[in-house]
Amino acid sequence: MNPRAGIALALAQIRAQKLKSFFAVLGVIIGVMFLIAVVSVVEGMNRYITEDFARQVYGLNTITVRRVPEINFAGPSEWREWQRRPRLRFEDADAIHEQLGLPALVAVESDADAVLEAEDGTEVKNVWLSGASADYFRIMEHEIARGRLFTPPEDRFGIPVVVLGHEAAEKLFGSRDPLGRRVRINGFPFRVIGVLEQEGSLFGFSLDRRAIAPAHSPVARMVNPHGIVDRIVVRVSDAQLIPLAKLRLEAIMRSRRGLRPNDGNNFVIETSDEGLSFWARISRILYIAFPGLVSIALVVGGIVIMNIMLVSVVERTREIGVRKAIGARRRDIILQVLVESATLSGLGAILGIAIGIGLAWLVRALSPLPAVIAPQWIAAAVLLGVGVGMIAGIYPAARAAALDPVVALRHE
Amino acid sequence: MSASRNHAIIRTHALKKDYVLGAEIVHALRGVDLVIDANEYVAIMGPSGSGKSTLMNLIGCLDTPTEGEYWLDGEPVAGLPDDELARIRNREIGFVFQTFNLLPRATALHNVELPLIYGGIPRRERRERAQAMLERVALADRMHHRPAELSGGQRQRVAIARALVNRPSILLADEPTGNLDSQTGAEIMALFDLLHGEGQTILLVTHEHDIAEHAHRAVTLRDGLIASDQLRSVPALGS
Repeated sequence: MNPRAGIALALAQIRAQKLKSFFAVLGVIIGVMFLIAVVSVVEGMNRYITEDFARQVYGLNTITVRRVPEINFAGPSEWREWQRRPRLRFEDADAIHEQLGLPALVAVESDADAVLEAEDGTEVKNVWLSGASADYFRIMEHEIARGRLFTPPEDRFGIPVVVLGHEAAEKLFGSRDPLGRRVRINGFPFRVIGVLEQEGSLFGFSLDRRAIAPAHSPVARMVNPHGIVDRIVVRVSDAQLIPLAKLRLEAIMRSRRGLRPNDGNNFVIETSDEGLSFWARISRILYIAFPGLVSIALVVGGIVIMNIMLVSVVERTREIGVRKAIGARRRDIILQVLVESATLSGLGAILGIAIGIGLAWLVRALSPLPAVIAPQWIAAAVLLGVGVGMIAGIYPAARAAALDPVVALRHE
Repeated sequence: MSASRNHAIIRTHALKKDYVLGAEIVHALRGVDLVIDANEYVAIMGPSGSGKSTLMNLIGCLDTPTEGEYWLDGEPVAGLPDDELARIRNREIGFVFQTFNLLPRATALHNVELPLIYGGIPRRERRERAQAMLERVALADRMHHRPAELSGGQRQRVAIARALVNRPSILLADEPTGNLDSQTGAEIMALFDLLHGEGQTILLVTHEHDIAEHAHRAVTLRDGLIASDQLRSVPALGS
């Protein structure tokens, strides 16, 4: 008997017992469903992180100097050490600017949450407020949509002007032109001089609900104590300069901090690579832990299928006897049971894939997590389903093949 | 179909079969010597427990003897392995059972095709041969019906078509009319007579004398041995 006839036979059997078949493969459906859903989200994150996230958080060809890592898994003892570190100052940025000796832009940035209020009393809370130097826009590739950016002299003299993110401008002024209008940031009056291009969101956090004012403007007091900055960002003209720039930045900072050769750095120098390596750690954990969970579901699913197939073999004892009487060999019977079991489980896998894809789309639609359906994982899931069915079918198939035809024919 | 007349299709020598039932050994067959030639029509009779079912199972290669020899169409089959026995059942033997034993979910055509599938016959030839065989048993218009949609007599005719589709050396029928009313039974027996008339070797197991009368030879078993073996003078009805 060829496998195609076997599959047709199995499909007829499944059609005849839809509900029972569905429950038989529920474990496989659930296992495959989660496999596809989670893998889709992880793959989506992967693509997102490597393509967009690193650039948006760290910037391209950009090196960031900070007191502590931007993204971290720190334990309590690490945190205590980090809390004792000195903070970065405007003078550090000036020193870097003077001593780096490479074609580079240098800017400072500090941030905090703020409440913005338009002239008519419209209030917008939880705005991401930055105090930054003028080159920050060029380093982070923030493009202006309307109006203008602030200039280095405006920063130096602390002029109270502000560039708004797309969402912040819309929430404050609606359809009115925001340019030249007054906005109060935590109560201090600023003049709106520009609106940024829309940037979208990052894990549900809007990149457009923001306000950027000169670092020396009254914003300085809102974001940090006097003279302190959160980070110094350096953008070199060419990616090949990054290693050298990192070394020089480290040397400059160490000498400014008066560190001895065997003292550790009391600051961090990061590039987008650090963000990527952080993500690589998470995705590695997911890829290690997750198959374990899926395989538990599949093992349970396999056991259920095995039991259903055993019942099915007993129910069809007489049919097996007839088949043997008219010339079915052991291997024909084994093949029949295995094909049926694999078909059942394979259908379960296909159903699981469909639900999993639906789930992934739902996650993408309802949450900030991205999702990408990866064809190689769909193929893997189908193979996994068929494989589970095959393995689950081995014992029932052996039982069926071992039936004595005389006894089987007498079976009621 | 077998080559020549008077050529032994079945030859057994001192065929014995023991069953272990708990602590007890049941001697179902105690040494049966039986020769059935080509184109014979033989009825095996005897009360229940006489060993006729056991003999039928051994002749049908469904079971292997505890002791003794068995040649089917000249080939010794007593000690053959499972898969060889399956091949012989497929090519040399056609079974007809009291309860028809059709696959309930398969159409009449598919049921008849089944032995050809296991025999590895290509699809097109398989279909043609199965259709031809169903036409021979006058079921050309019932090919795509499932067993549940057929009458008892029609089911048994499907089973006979299935038994004959691989052109077996011998047709083994175990109480073929046991589940049929007397008129349908008579129709089936008429079909057997017709097949015999065309040269088919038939072995019929029954406990009904009027059924056995269709055969031209009656072998009676008692307590696992042949008690009598008579040729009938009267030729079978309808032949």
